[in-house]
Amino acid sequence: MPVVAMTVNGKPASADVEARTLLVHYIREQLGLTGTHVGCDTSQCGACVVHVDGRAVKSCAILAVQAEGAEIVTVEGLAKNGELHPVQQAFREHHGLQCGFCTPGMIMTAVDLIRRKPNLDEKTVREELEGNICRCTGYHNIVKAILAASQEMR
Amino acid sequence: MSNAAIGEGIGQPVRRKEDFRFITGNGHYTDDIARPRQTWAYFLRSPHAHAKIRGIDTKSAETAPGVVAIFTGKHVADDGLGGLICGWTVSSKDGTPMKVGPHPILAVDTVRYVGDHVAMVVAETLAEARSAAEMIDVDYETLPAAVALAACQSKDAPQVHPEAPRNTCFEWELGNKSETEAAFAKADRIVKLDLTNNRLIPNAMEPRAALGEYDKGTGTYTLHTTSQNPHVARLVLSAFVGVAPEHKLRVIAPDVGGGFGSKIFIYAEETACVWAAAKVGRPIKWTADRSEAFLSDAHGRDHLSHAELALDKNGKFLALRVKTVANLGAYLSTFSASVPTYLYGTLLSGQYDIPAIYVEVDGVYTHTAPVDAYRGAGRPEATYLVERIVETAARETGIDPAEIRRRNFIRSFPHQTPVIMAYDAGDYEASLDAAMKAADHKGFPARKAEAEKRGKLRGLGFSSYIEACGLAPSAAVGSLGAGVGLWESAEVRVNPTGNVEVLTGSHSHGQGHETTFAQLVASRLGIPMEQVEIVHGDTDKVQFGMGTYGSRSGAVGMSAIVKALDKIETKAKKIAAHLMEAAVEDIVFENGTFTVQGTDKTMPWAQLALSAYTAHGFPSAEIEPGLKEGAFYDPTNFTFPAGCHICEVEIDPDTGVTRIINFVAVDDFGTIINPMIVEGQVHGGIAQGIGQALLEHGVYDPESGQLITGSYMDYCMPRADDLPSFNLGFTKTVCPSNPLGMKGCGEAGAIASPPAIINAITDALGIRDIEMPATPARVWAAIQSRPRAAAE
Ligand code: FES
Ligand code: FES
Repeated sequence: MPVVAMTVNGKPASADVEARTLLVHYIREQLGLTGTHVGCDTSQCGACVVHVDGRAVKSCAILAVQAEGAEIVTVEGLAKNGELHPVQQAFREHHGLQCGFCTPGMIMTAVDLIRRKPNLDEKTVREELEGNICRCTGYHNIVKAILAASQEMR
Repeated sequence: MSNAAIGEGIGQPVRRKEDFRFITGNGHYTDDIARPRQTWAYFLRSPHAHAKIRGIDTKSAETAPGVVAIFTGKHVADDGLGGLICGWTVSSKDGTPMKVGPHPILAVDTVRYVGDHVAMVVAETLAEARSAAEMIDVDYETLPAAVALAACQSKDAPQVHPEAPRNTCFEWELGNKSETEAAFAKADRIVKLDLTNNRLIPNAMEPRAALGEYDKGTGTYTLHTTSQNPHVARLVLSAFVGVAPEHKLRVIAPDVGGGFGSKIFIYAEETACVWAAAKVGRPIKWTADRSEAFLSDAHGRDHLSHAELALDKNGKFLALRVKTVANLGAYLSTFSASVPTYLYGTLLSGQYDIPAIYVEVDGVYTHTAPVDAYRGAGRPEATYLVERIVETAARETGIDPAEIRRRNFIRSFPHQTPVIMAYDAGDYEASLDAAMKAADHKGFPARKAEAEKRGKLRGLGFSSYIEACGLAPSAAVGSLGAGVGLWESAEVRVNPTGNVEVLTGSHSHGQGHETTFAQLVASRLGIPMEQVEIVHGDTDKVQFGMGTYGSRSGAVGMSAIVKALDKIETKAKKIAAHLMEAAVEDIVFENGTFTVQGTDKTMPWAQLALSAYTAHGFPSAEIEPGLKEGAFYDPTNFTFPAGCHICEVEIDPDTGVTRIINFVAVDDFGTIINPMIVEGQVHGGIAQGIGQALLEHGVYDPESGQLITGSYMDYCMPRADDLPSFNLGFTKTVCPSNPLGMKGCGEAGAIASPPAIINAITDALGIRDIEMPATPARVWAAIQSRPRAAAE
């Protein structure tokens, strides 16, 4: 079995993995970081989004071995020194979550989106969320939260 | 804004207590739980819609790497396990009970839909279980399948169950046939409409999952599962399936990632996991992948209807008659018989005074996944029918759509409809007026003309809906065939330090009960919300409860909490009176302080709580130590949320693409505890309704019975850019039949919105009907086939 080594939420992690193991399963089952979710098997729902070297990536769409040497951040690693990230805060403030299942992926996507496009408008946010499905919120408050966070972070 | 800034009282948009764990990745969903020595289950499913099983050869699979055990229907039957049940019995017109075919946990000799469960492989890893399942050799004799609903009752249709000739499970009726016929005979006008209510696949984002465990030392089973009602699951698994006696079975529904009805039901996979855990002596985990969820979660809707509305010459409704064929799928799921009958037919009066109604519903088996409650459950189908035919009547009579509604609104309450329901309160005109204002109804002609200049087609559609929530008075549902009572329970435990645990039989899977319920308790006891913990979802903690569906947790679940709080207050006052040496009648409890009326003697809540447990010097004959009270609340009536949704669409005639320009929802939910959460419920419901109207459709190949829309590539889930932001408003008439005056808000969006959208599209195109989902292809085809005059 190949050994993969990467940095996860600032800490080194290495383990034996079967070559066919997806990054999301490695994160959830071998590292026990269950904040990252699996909502589909066709790489469309975005519940599994994490950051790989600073970019939002669907962790169900790459193998763990492909992340060799990478810097991974999951939702568990987003808050710094006990301070919630502004996007996390905005999701709570604007009721951008209900059941919470899509939320980690939404938040990780949103953080990357705000980094890429600091001047967001509603239309852009909605288009950029193409790869994240939420069944609970109708997106209304997710969009609101992301716009508010991007304002806050400007 | 912090909660300190907005206050925590009833009516405040208090930010949610549960959010912290979800936004930091610390939720505990079933699949997040792992146990030492845990094994994985994988279910081998039928690739055929209908086949005989001549034999199952598991020999080579059994020796595959990592395999722990393989179970088939024979093992289940040999162990004496019963099948899955439908908890609601519906009778046909002739008085005979519905015709029920057996619903085995694992198929015995026949498979009846693509995805039906054939064998369960338990292995060290999921990958090994899956690989081994591929090595099982099932000898199928494929048979023709009954798939297309319209054809399934014909005498040459393939049979799903021998118990149900012509695939007809029941032929149900409601209302008064002869009065309805008489009204039609004297009508000035009869409006007719054929309608399809498209099949939907629920798609909660968390797929179903189970973790079954068995403790050999105590003989106790534990099932963690994605359930909306863990106690009902335990009851069914114990009393009907026979997995274990009720007191030896613990069911826990931890954080659950959305339900929308689909997680009410007791399914084969969860049952098999907990049963087999004892057989293999190790915990068994199963999590559906999305493809399995598409195949095996109970689907929703799927009706074909013919409706006729009789009117007099002034546009007053005289009678409604309806004939519906409802798809039940291959097996009856836990509540499937109730959905197209008592949750549907009883709402056909809508907001209107219709003197006579008669509805017939045939429940029909097909070789497709079971169909059961999905957000709204029967009420969206009723609302769609009523609001589509009312709109059609407006167009055919030339009466303005708002005016024809006004002419027929029920205006005095209580109002007994011809279809069981007695509406208790409402003001339908108020929500219509408010919605028209918010939608700038007056400005619509100008907007339409402007759009026309750009070559676009605009339309406006109304939906004045009513629903019945707060399920439900136990005696009422019992008389209609329910196998359960639909009360709710609560227990309030005051700790010696004054903080409080509230145990509820309701279950939150996104609705925010930990916040709303705590808001209620905190404001009643005058303590901060953080001192209130809401406990739910565990049959070992909460004694019994009926769970969450049918928008019942506010109206029924919170009413039970109110009742328990009343008892707490009564006892606490007794203790206060004793401690402060006053008469009980003189004790006032306000803002967390007990006061002897007319004196300066007071006692804070925390001190009283402690005294309840020290119990020093209590007159033991009159006051027991401790402060803990429980209550069961059985509602006296359904609740009747109602309102008006208005949708404005713009259609591009070149592409058939429909854009929602404005979606207005004005709802009357009675008392609202937390408007932020209520708005969120409405947003989500509308999104699902827009999904039904424009995007979503569960489609089976009519010949092979294969599910064509079995993934997110083929089943069109609403994405953020398919939807607008919503424009919400509220009106309020207090519900007289529960202590808080609440009506329920969980389903209104999904119930009200589809007809508003289709009414808008048909208005824009000047056509009579278009089938849901009104995809660009369908809209474009409708534009092409319009008569020339209309097209110009
Ligand atoms: S689980 Fe990765 S996109 Fe759905
Ligand atoms: S909050 Fe439930 S899926 Fe998004």
